[in-house]
Amino acid sequence: MNTMEPSARMHNDTTAWPLIFGAWLVASVSTLGALFFGEVMQLPPCVLCWYQRICMFPLVLILPVGLFPLDRKIVRYALPLAAIGWLFAVFHVLLIAGVIPESIKPCTQGVPCSEKVIEWFGFVTIPLLSVVAFSTIIALLILAHLRSSK
Amino acid sequence: MKQKTLFIVAAVVLLVVFLVGTLIYKSERNEQSAQQSGANGSVLVRMHSPTLGNADAPVVIVEFLDPACETCRVFYPLVKQMMAANPDRIRLVLRYAPFHTGSDKVVAVLEAARKQGKFWPALEALLAAQADWAPNHTPQVALVWKHLEGLGLNLEQMRADMTSPAIANVIAQDLADARFLKVTKTPEFFVNRMPLPSFGYEQLKKLVDNALKATQPR
Repeated sequence: MNTMEPSARMHNDTTAWPLIFGAWLVASVSTLGALFFGEVMQLPPCVLCWYQRICMFPLVLILPVGLFPLDRKIVRYALPLAAIGWLFAVFHVLLIAGVIPESIKPCTQGVPCSEKVIEWFGFVTIPLLSVVAFSTIIALLILAHLRSSK
Repeated sequence: MKQKTLFIVAAVVLLVVFLVGTLIYKSERNEQSAQQSGANGSVLVRMHSPTLGNADAPVVIVEFLDPACETCRVFYPLVKQMMAANPDRIRLVLRYAPFHTGSDKVVAVLEAARKQGKFWPALEALLAAQADWAPNHTPQVALVWKHLEGLGLNLEQMRADMTSPAIANVIAQDLADARFLKVTKTPEFFVNRMPLPSFGYEQLKKLVDNALKATQPR
């Protein structure tokens, strides 16, 4: 560590780092999980899953760039991806729950997005996992931002 | 420094978990499908299925095929080559897996041709002309007829036959069996009830060669 740095900044560094690291962990687990469903279990991803993947996969690569060395601006770069992914995930969950009617369903060919390919404990579906993952990432990133801007 | 170690350890742990999970899942699934297809021979081969080759052949290849599937078109001559190289020792059983939307109608056309004893020539003609009647992977039954001219088929009769409930039942049964056997992609092969360990021509060739060796008359 640079001894010239003010101690306050060092304190911020040490509290923001684990938060961004946590966000990276969640993104990595989600990415590997999505790859497991798609490539190993060979469940074909529907269109909405692809949009969520487009938002999730880059986080795995972009967050470590902000970790070494710690660059708190990473929150600004990562948050839009996480927010857009979260919107798609929420849309997907509402679609499965039937809150959003069939007519605005964006996928008509291939795998229907409203199909539940996995249902653990009666309520855990892949899009729900996606919502949880994106929400956690967003929360951690916002926390990291607040800590560092104090 | 500590942070870097933490990051690297986390990344390695995640990757190892993923790889181990993959291996466990694959080995379990292979066991399952081997048991399942072994125990359910009747699901694999139905009386109604079109077959090619010696009825008493020791090696039976069951192929789930979609006439609109490009890979099926590529594999068809390869399977025929294997059969030609081992005369009377391989039998091919075709099952329908019309996964492309609209492909079931093309299967109905093939079944109608079968009623006139011209199933295999019709299948070969349609596979050869696949790009024409299934542009952009979208099968259009209206486009298949011109490719069936010259085979000596009564096309008018076929148009009437292809709507028969018997043909619809065959397609529904094959789709149900495909679902039961967890066939989700075409072509899918079973050689003497064994599924391919992973998809590919080499894997199919190896499975067939092993089956041929195992049934070699001494």
